[in-house]
Amino acid sequence: MTREIEREGITIVQMANLIPVAKTVGVNRLVPTISIPYPLGDPATPKEEQFKLRYHRVGVALDALTVDIKEPYLFKVKI
Amino acid sequence: MKGILYLNQFFGQIGGEELADFKPEIREGLVGPALALQQDLGDDVEITHTVICGDNFMGSNTEEAVELILSMLKGKEMDVFFAGPAFRAGRYGSACGHICNAVKKEFGVPVLTSMNDENPGVEMFRKDMYVFKGGASAAAMKKDVKAMAKFALKLLKGEKLLPAAEEGYFGRGIRDQIWLDPPVTAADRVIDMLLKKVHGEPYETELAIPKSDRVAIAPAITPEELSKLEVALITSGGIVPVGNPDRIQSASATKWGKYDISQIDDLVKGEYMTIHAGFDPAAANNDSDVIVPLDAMRRYQKEGKIGGVYKYFFSTVGTGTTQAEAARMGKEIARELKKDGIRAAILTST
Repeated sequence: MTREIEREGITIVQMANLIPVAKTVGVNRLVPTISIPYPLGDPATPKEEQFKLRYHRVGVALDALTVDIKEPYLFKVKI
Repeated sequence: MKGILYLNQFFGQIGGEELADFKPEIREGLVGPALALQQDLGDDVEITHTVICGDNFMGSNTEEAVELILSMLKGKEMDVFFAGPAFRAGRYGSACGHICNAVKKEFGVPVLTSMNDENPGVEMFRKDMYVFKGGASAAAMKKDVKAMAKFALKLLKGEKLLPAAEEGYFGRGIRDQIWLDPPVTAADRVIDMLLKKVHGEPYETELAIPKSDRVAIAPAITPEELSKLEVALITSGGIVPVGNPDRIQSASATKWGKYDISQIDDLVKGEYMTIHAGFDPAAANNDSDVIVPLDAMRRYQKEGKIGGVYKYFFSTVGTGTTQAEAARMGKEIARELKKDGIRAAILTST
């Protein structure tokens, strides 16, 4: 899906857990998530912590939209 | 000779999605598909153990899972290693590939698995191992297991192996010099091929170049532009308003939906949920923002990092969904976005 949306010239970043799969299907801007059932917030942690993690990773994704890349790139996250 | 088989939690008879976090275990003897595999292998190869691991555990903790399994296999007699068949299950296919690669590297035994050509695991691993061309679902179990067993026996007995297409596995991109029987020189073959091409007849190249579908990287947006643009949220994680008004399928989806979020800041429990059948929905049902991060996006909107969030979010289910269907849905969603002048998007997958 990401590939087809990018094909239309829309700048898109995919947040995914299965990084090798995303790379195989041709995702160019990629930000890792923490799991499959809860990509952006571990329910075993307090709500505030979940939001903090989500806020951080979404921030990385938004920044990724502004980065000029020459080849598929996996952006680094801190939390 | 001895062999060992790898299965996921479902085929290992541990349980369904709710147990996809199952940590690897090794069982003596035959579990599930191992029975059929043993039958096809006959007396020549004994399946001594079955390894079982949850797909999500392997997907999210690949290194740990692989290490655990390798330590379980250490010291076991093993002449061949099997994984799957994984059919069209993407996470399972990926797991089979990862563990086969690791086993091959650590123990130097042949590794065999089986997947459907729509399984992303095929492209990830076909170059590294024998990935047999499997069916779309477990209905093909018998046939897929047989194909692996038959080839394993040939391999272990040192029999003459045929090209990938004839043996039934995905080509690994390995070239092998063979003698044609009867012999036809290269000059004759190329002329034959040329004539067929000229006449518009089908012909088969001897040097297949694998095609890979890449798209041009979309240009970066400047931070200034971003602060004025609306960013769209898209997901393959199956988040929908409770009740699933568009009746998007929980697996092998062919439909997508768009849902108005212009008036809300948060996807709250009881109003939004996931219908994705490929993982335990508890966390996402409790707070759908863990998959469609609307709350975090609104914060960035308030802070001025983005101009806003596009008024609809788009959703479908990415499990069992063929790449062809996913591509079509992607195209349709792209069309909607373009129509409204949207230039930036975040897609979250599960």
